[in-house]
Amino acid sequence: MTGERSDPFTSQTEHQRERATTIFEKGAPRRRAFRAPELDVPAVEGLIPAAQRRGTPPRLPEASEPEIVRHYVNLSKRNFDLDSGFYPLGSCTMKHNPRLHERVAALPGHARLHPLQDPRRAQGALELMFNLQESLAEIAGLPHVSLQPSAGSHGELAGVLLTRAYHADRGEQRTKVLTPDSAHSTNPATVTMAGYEVVKVALDAAGGVDVDDLRAKADDSVACLMLTNPSTLGIFDPNIEEIASIVHGVGATLYYDGANLNAIMGYSRPGDMGFDIVHFNLHKTFTQPHGGGGPGAGPIAVSDRIEPYLPRPQVVRRAPSNGGPPTFDLDDDRGGSESKSIGKLRGFQGNYGVFVRTYAYIRSLGGEGLQDVSEVAVLNANYLLARLREKVGDRLPLAFGERCMHEFVLSGAPMKKELGIRTLDVAKRLLDHGFHPPTVYFPLVVDEALLIEPTETETRETLDAFADAIAAIVAEAEQDPEIARNAPYTTPVRRLDEAGAAKRPRVREVLPD
Amino acid sequence: MAGYTSVTAEDLAIMLDAIGVGSVEELFDAIPVGVRLGRPIDLPPGEPEQAVYAELRRLAARNVSAEDEITFLGAGMYDHYVPSIVDMLMSRSEFLTPYTPYQPEVSQGGLQVMFEYQTAISELTGLPVSNASVYEGPSAVGAAAYLAKLTNKRRRVLVGRGVHPHSRATLETLAVGYGMEVAEIGLDDGVTDLAALRDALGDDVSAVILQQPNFIGAIEDVQAIADAAHGHGALVICAADPLTLGVLEAPGNQGADLVVGEGQSLGNRLDFGGPSFGFFAATEKHIRSMPGRIAGETTDADGRRGFVLTLQTREQHIRREKATSNICTSQALNALGGVVYLSWLGRRGIVELGELILQRTHYARETLSALDGVDKLHDCPVVREFALRLDADVGRVLERCAAAGVNAGYALGRSYEEFGDGLLVAITEQRSRADIDRLAEVLGAAVAAERAGAGAQVAAQVTSSEGLSLR
Repeated sequence: MTGERSDPFTSQTEHQRERATTIFEKGAPRRRAFRAPELDVPAVEGLIPAAQRRGTPPRLPEASEPEIVRHYVNLSKRNFDLDSGFYPLGSCTMKHNPRLHERVAALPGHARLHPLQDPRRAQGALELMFNLQESLAEIAGLPHVSLQPSAGSHGELAGVLLTRAYHADRGEQRTKVLTPDSAHSTNPATVTMAGYEVVKVALDAAGGVDVDDLRAKADDSVACLMLTNPSTLGIFDPNIEEIASIVHGVGATLYYDGANLNAIMGYSRPGDMGFDIVHFNLHKTFTQPHGGGGPGAGPIAVSDRIEPYLPRPQVVRRAPSNGGPPTFDLDDDRGGSESKSIGKLRGFQGNYGVFVRTYAYIRSLGGEGLQDVSEVAVLNANYLLARLREKVGDRLPLAFGERCMHEFVLSGAPMKKELGIRTLDVAKRLLDHGFHPPTVYFPLVVDEALLIEPTETETRETLDAFADAIAAIVAEAEQDPEIARNAPYTTPVRRLDEAGAAKRPRVREVLPD
Repeated sequence: MAGYTSVTAEDLAIMLDAIGVGSVEELFDAIPVGVRLGRPIDLPPGEPEQAVYAELRRLAARNVSAEDEITFLGAGMYDHYVPSIVDMLMSRSEFLTPYTPYQPEVSQGGLQVMFEYQTAISELTGLPVSNASVYEGPSAVGAAAYLAKLTNKRRRVLVGRGVHPHSRATLETLAVGYGMEVAEIGLDDGVTDLAALRDALGDDVSAVILQQPNFIGAIEDVQAIADAAHGHGALVICAADPLTLGVLEAPGNQGADLVVGEGQSLGNRLDFGGPSFGFFAATEKHIRSMPGRIAGETTDADGRRGFVLTLQTREQHIRREKATSNICTSQALNALGGVVYLSWLGRRGIVELGELILQRTHYARETLSALDGVDKLHDCPVVREFALRLDADVGRVLERCAAAGVNAGYALGRSYEEFGDGLLVAITEQRSRADIDRLAEVLGAAVAAERAGAGAQVAAQVTSSEGLSLR
């Protein structure tokens, strides 16, 4: 790299920053990686009617295997990832992804099992799913589990549709779903898709649900309250019993968004708090790798009164009459013609590959290990909070309260006013320090929010280094705010024109004919 | 207990001191006594890595996978060969472990993969706009119906009976929330009944949904269906098997407004049904109503080419209850597998592979339907899957075949009461002529044995081998 010009702020060279080229711009006509197996049957013409036969083949890349590997490996190097650095993205629970899970999920008995295989020849998979249902029921404190939803948002949709079925079965037509201002943004979107009107509930001065506002809005037109506890402010709502009693008092259901479950395992369970329906984010609390934005899985656990409406299929255990070992089956009709099931939410029976990883994690940790997870997650968050308050507490104060659960929200408002740099600038400058920034500008109730969740798998040294980096950025801005405003400098690209991208969308490569 | 935490006694003392509390338990004081668990979580104790591996290995061994038998089972997921570079790239830390690309400066790799994926899906489907993927196939069909509702505010959806039963069932579930009504259009000799469709169409129909090829393998006339639907201003949603689109015309070139479907056949493993990815492509005018993530091209502060998540005003974190969907993640890793697979296949490979499967499917269909007691269920052209009628109990025939190490396919009666005697057979490049000949031998013998009335005896045999270890 000697001899190349490098940026004054970085070790990057012009070469490393050359124009991005896509796989479609690589290769050459007739170059290839794939070699088709031999045609071992007689070739017959005209099997597809002319009108249905594709005239022009899709313009896919034409490249050799080495070119493809090099292209994607080089692309991978333009990503920040959890295996290389601290990723304190609030409410996303970026904890270590154990590699054992990848190994066991790849065993052919799991990975090459067809979803429609006869259940008698998929006993291992069904046993695993049944055991996972039982484990999640214990963790949630709710007796019935459906593994089917594909993601947190899908679990939410399942939960609100279950609520709808529950009320409909009682002959009630309710129209509203309540969510607090601090709710995950998928909550209100889900409510609309399930045909309800969203009604916001205010927060009180401590960041919890404003119980008076809730009481004023809770009536017999309300179907459900959707709540995250601890909330996205990292605060456990001390009024949860009263909230549950108000909601149940008007005949509504109480829905638990499980995004923040990592904070409470071994201490409290959604079922203990009075929730009727819970979704889990297996990609958060239970280590399914995030994959750059999926896959995940969003199983749900429910109380007895919601159970009749669960999606199908359900994994069931059957005790054989002859006293032998139990067998496992997919109950696909959930009561046949009498079924009250809301039906199917997707194809087949869920993201099994995610279940394998989750099950391996639960078997590795056991109940005691899961409690340790929450204890260290909360310890780490409070320690990092203490370090940041000590160093930059005046510029970036804690938004609510004194302590936190597994995550906390700082407000960048004083920093913006006093130093002229915004939360966004801090986030971008953190990239130059080798850290992934926290979640920014969420929750919406905090001005210039930074939502920080360190998780239990980070060491004290990492937390110290992160606090030092934030302090260095603030100190630097005291001298020269322009540095943060123009950050980052060391990344493969600098700040990108997002407004321009949305105005004139280019969402695919332009290809020659 | 095999944990992944790192707090030593010394760490703990320093940390508690910095926080200003005496114990970890104190940090949980905010949780009211009334909602506390008050006992340990009741789960089996944690085990070391090697013990967990052994247990997961034991469970895997109780499944009969596509590695253990010659399988012709398809019906929505297919045993295609997954090239080694797909595994290798999907397991790289840099693709496996990041979150959604919220910070584009350090996510150019993932964003560019999405952009490339969108380009490949756009090419396959013949539509200009693709999102970065959705959960999976059947829910993609449901998401498409929601887009139709947002677009034309109409309340009825017509869905062909040739659409995957899981897609139809998912649509029924979601339609309750959408406030839409779903009506089914039957099959006529293997394909969507056009006359019935024309009768059912009206100006209250939001969308017509079909599948190409349909569930029983037949190639649909997408253009004819689209013309009928468009005559009433309805959108046309085509669920397609992307692997067939090297040889079948792109539905986007035949009038489909939305082309969606299950992406598993593109380099994703079976995984007992997931995770895979759903693809979602549309005409230009629907770009601002699309669900999910979309990557777009832009430039950075120095004018360098780069990629960002774009059109985010559609999404929940901006629009909240007015969002075009509640879907906030794509299936990024699975979509990476998809675009790597498509790059590996290449422009010629996708045609060659499609052609190979087409020819073997034809060979298998003719060979099997020549057997005594076996007939074609329909005569429509097929590409990769076809339906047969057996003059014998399908369940028992399947049992006999399984005992001989062959999974003969999917009993259509599981989803279609009118096809109780139907068997759906899928062909991939992993099923050679020799495998097909073996199926013919085994299936022929099974049907013959059942017709000869030996059914009861075999059923007893099968029951006794329950809890099977078929290795």
